[in-house]
Amino acid sequence: MTPDYEYLRKLLRDQSGLDLSTDKQYLIESRLLPLARKAGLPGIGDLVQKMKGGSNALIAQVVEAMTTNETFFFRDKIPFEHFRDTIMPEMLKSRAARKSLRIWCAAGSTGQEPYSLAICLKEMSATLAGWRIEILATDLSQEVLEKSKAGIYSQFEVQRGLPIQMLVKYFKQIGELWQINPDIRAMVAHRQLNLLHDFGQLGSFDVVFCRNVLIYFDQETKASIFGRLARSMESDGFLVLGAAETVVGLTEAFKPIADRRGLYRPNEARVAARPTAPAALPKLAMAAGG
Amino acid sequence: MKTCLVVDDSGIVRKIARRIVEEMNFQVIEADDGSKALEICKQAFPDAILLDWNMPVMDGFEFICALRRMPGGDAPKVVFCTTENGMDHIARALEAGADEYIMKPFDKDIVADKFREVGLVEAVA
Repeated sequence: MTPDYEYLRKLLRDQSGLDLSTDKQYLIESRLLPLARKAGLPGIGDLVQKMKGGSNALIAQVVEAMTTNETFFFRDKIPFEHFRDTIMPEMLKSRAARKSLRIWCAAGSTGQEPYSLAICLKEMSATLAGWRIEILATDLSQEVLEKSKAGIYSQFEVQRGLPIQMLVKYFKQIGELWQINPDIRAMVAHRQLNLLHDFGQLGSFDVVFCRNVLIYFDQETKASIFGRLARSMESDGFLVLGAAETVVGLTEAFKPIADRRGLYRPNEARVAARPTAPAALPKLAMAAGG
Repeated sequence: MKTCLVVDDSGIVRKIARRIVEEMNFQVIEADDGSKALEICKQAFPDAILLDWNMPVMDGFEFICALRRMPGGDAPKVVFCTTENGMDHIARALEAGADEYIMKPFDKDIVADKFREVGLVEAVA
């Protein structure tokens, strides 16, 4: 292991909790070389030198580049089927009196996941008349949040996971690019957030999507995040994890749901005293119905 | 084994498409324009048709209109694969009975995604 790699590994661990195991070394080349070139530097070594020299802007860019994930619309399909066929039918019943729902995409990335959920909700809007549904998308990276807010995707991006009917229905073409329609964009609120920091101020959620982000953290950090996630959720809420992720052996805060892979519920007995949830953030509110 | 008819006037595109679709366990038949593709369909319908738009003799749009009028012609899953990337073309294709639409350039992942979308290959469990 080279000193440059050691330096980057420690830096990423301290700044973002990202645990870069030896087999992920290839990510450094593929993600940081373009960044180095953009900064006018010939290679990773020079990039590290400049970072050591105290360039905070560059450090921030490196953390962003290393923590950004590949993402598609309706990625893995199954979680969205769970959302439509399991989570929403149950929420429609259990929240029938208050007619409101708070959904959090804890690794919202460039928007494909929160917008896929917004499209799901739009498709079922006939049953959601009068409901207030919030979708909050958070991400560590300000750069990806800006992309998410704009809702503009390349031709390549809109062809992964998105059925053509949905493209026609929910996007407008702008030259070579595709922008998701304003009514869908308005359903998603954005906020920068580091999962390593306290997120109690976001209030309490009914549904949390936290997919393909915890894989980058070490065991201890994962356990800590699960514990705090459980305290930020309604006791009958749902947690959705990525296809390769699990709570088993990591935390008692959640229990898996039988026959629904990737779907978990808070383990009530294990959730410590919940802080009183603050009122819903006013700016996040929007109507899904109609 | 399922069959896929690749219709494109470019030999290079047919070759790339063949390799991708064969990897997905399809038996591939090729045609270089719509009228030849229609002749093949009169013999036996393939399970899938990967269809270019702009071709000499009979283009992809004329082909799908003729195919969908044939008895049993609604059975094959038709996936357009074309440089015609405008919303107007996509809308026309869907109205004519296309099941999916790939905007060129394409790669293996896009073809696999679209074939899954229309049920030609099983979703990854």
